[in-house]
Amino acid sequence: MHKNSMFARATPYLFGALFIIGLIAPFAVYPTFLMKILCFGLFACAFNLLLGFAGLLSFGHAAFLGTAGYVCGMLVRDVGVTPEVGIIGGTVAAGLLGWVFGVLAIRRTGIYFAMITLALSQMVYFLVLQIKATGGEDGLQGVPRGNLFGIIDLSNNLSMYYLVFAVFCIGFFIIYRTINSPFGEILKAIRENEPRAISLGYDVAKFKLLAFIISASLAGMAGATKTLVFQLASLTDVHWHMSGEVVLMTLLGGLGTVLGPLIGAATVVSLQTQLADSVGSWVTVIMGVIFVLCVLLFRRGIVGELQALIRRAGIR
Amino acid sequence: MEIFGVSSALLGSQLLIGLINGSFYAILSLGLAIIFGLLNIINFAHGAQYMMGAFVAWIALTKFGINYWVSLLLAPIVIGALGVVIERTMLRKLYKLDHLYGLLLTFGLALIFEGVFRDQYGISGQSYEVPELLQGGVNLGFMFVPIYRAWIVVAALTVCFGTWFMIEKTKLGSYLRAGTENPQMVQALGINVPLLITFTYGYGVALAAFAGVLAAPVYQVNPLMGSNLIIVVFAVVVIGGMGSIMGSIVTGLGLGLIEGLTRVFYPEGSAVVVFIIMVIVLLVRPAGLFGKS
Repeated sequence: MHKNSMFARATPYLFGALFIIGLIAPFAVYPTFLMKILCFGLFACAFNLLLGFAGLLSFGHAAFLGTAGYVCGMLVRDVGVTPEVGIIGGTVAAGLLGWVFGVLAIRRTGIYFAMITLALSQMVYFLVLQIKATGGEDGLQGVPRGNLFGIIDLSNNLSMYYLVFAVFCIGFFIIYRTINSPFGEILKAIRENEPRAISLGYDVAKFKLLAFIISASLAGMAGATKTLVFQLASLTDVHWHMSGEVVLMTLLGGLGTVLGPLIGAATVVSLQTQLADSVGSWVTVIMGVIFVLCVLLFRRGIVGELQALIRRAGIR
Repeated sequence: MEIFGVSSALLGSQLLIGLINGSFYAILSLGLAIIFGLLNIINFAHGAQYMMGAFVAWIALTKFGINYWVSLLLAPIVIGALGVVIERTMLRKLYKLDHLYGLLLTFGLALIFEGVFRDQYGISGQSYEVPELLQGGVNLGFMFVPIYRAWIVVAALTVCFGTWFMIEKTKLGSYLRAGTENPQMVQALGINVPLLITFTYGYGVALAAFAGVLAAPVYQVNPLMGSNLIIVVFAVVVIGGMGSIMGSIVTGLGLGLIEGLTRVFYPEGSAVVVFIIMVIVLLVRPAGLFGKS
């Protein structure tokens, strides 16, 4: 910690400032756009917990985002539960799916881990495509936002925004606590040197699995919330392109940094929104170019580079 | 004639389709395994390079009138050369880092290739005519076999076994196997390992492009033809393990056949059967059927 003490001292102020910005932001920026950023931000933070802190590259996180979205949509639209129950239901479903994925994927490491999660999520994609209840190619349409706790009407964009903001803060807090707990320290130890962690007596598989389940659940929480915001769960949420997108957000923002994924998500979502009108199908190409540039020249990401800059300035 | 209540013609034709898909799995997973052996990266762009192979053949035919047989050689050379450029300018910079960066880089490249072709040609497929020599079919009595489909299996297997022979039985192959075991030692013995790596990546990519040309007349030539295929091939690679060349070929063909059988007896399951087998293999034998743990 001593190396980062400057950051550690500044952190509460930074989070406080960001929290206040989050509270007043919908009065300055279009709320739907902000909600999209927060949903993807939480998704990327959840993903980063796994890759940035446990060193596990999952290429199948779309499965959790999408499954939770579908479960939440079906619960709210077809069963008629209130939105908060829908979000919890989606989160639990994603957590269970994460448990299944995790048990299988942690049997291998490195590149195989990535390929297994990708293949499993592709299986989920085909299942969602074929099952009748999910609406196949059309997805789940017309999901009502409903009334939070049966009282607060969420069709108002501002109330919806504060729900999304609350969900994001809860998710972010869980991730932050996880990273800074003894459990998080062990995850980092596994990332740095797995054989040594094993020889120190840690049940590495159990730690990896727990990290995977937490990450999957929170990705699901983001997906369930996203379904309520857009009143839609679609196949794009379960497609492997989405799994790639969350990798890009995390990499661009800063792998293994606390705030990086949020910054990365905001950047990618803004870019996509801006570019969708002007360049159309070139969006994929531009995303690919950013990917390549990040890997080749910019591996620390936006937040990582900023931290390095501040650190260098501090030394001088 | 019926077998398990299914007409032999249906069974035969689905098995043939399975064998064709299996040939593509074999040739693609072989390329991935060779690249992984020496470079330690998974080439996510493999599917895109397969797609580009098919497009090179299609463009050569429609724009320049270059026939199928020339394309069969031309497309692997063109796309293989592109692979060499990628290795020299980008992948080379990543060898010192975590192997996952190679996966991420090639993923980005796959997005670029796919996006460019989608912008140029849309997502509707282009058809490519079967070359004259291979048109028509043979009636075997219990089923009808289109000659082109039989040719795919023969051509793919020839290339697969040729590659196996090159790696297991030639001098060049022995360098390659030695480089896979211990690159520093091979370098110390005076063999140009960086050149060997470049050649290996180019060859793996050329295999993908060759498969693309083979596929052009049976599947629609389409910018997205590689991306869904490659994920199944990843599952094939997990099932087989990337340790053995022969293992890749056998696993690829076997899974193609199983997929064909599933299409006869339980069509709804055919899209996921390979993934389900992957799950079973992971539970029973995590290192893969031919893998060394």
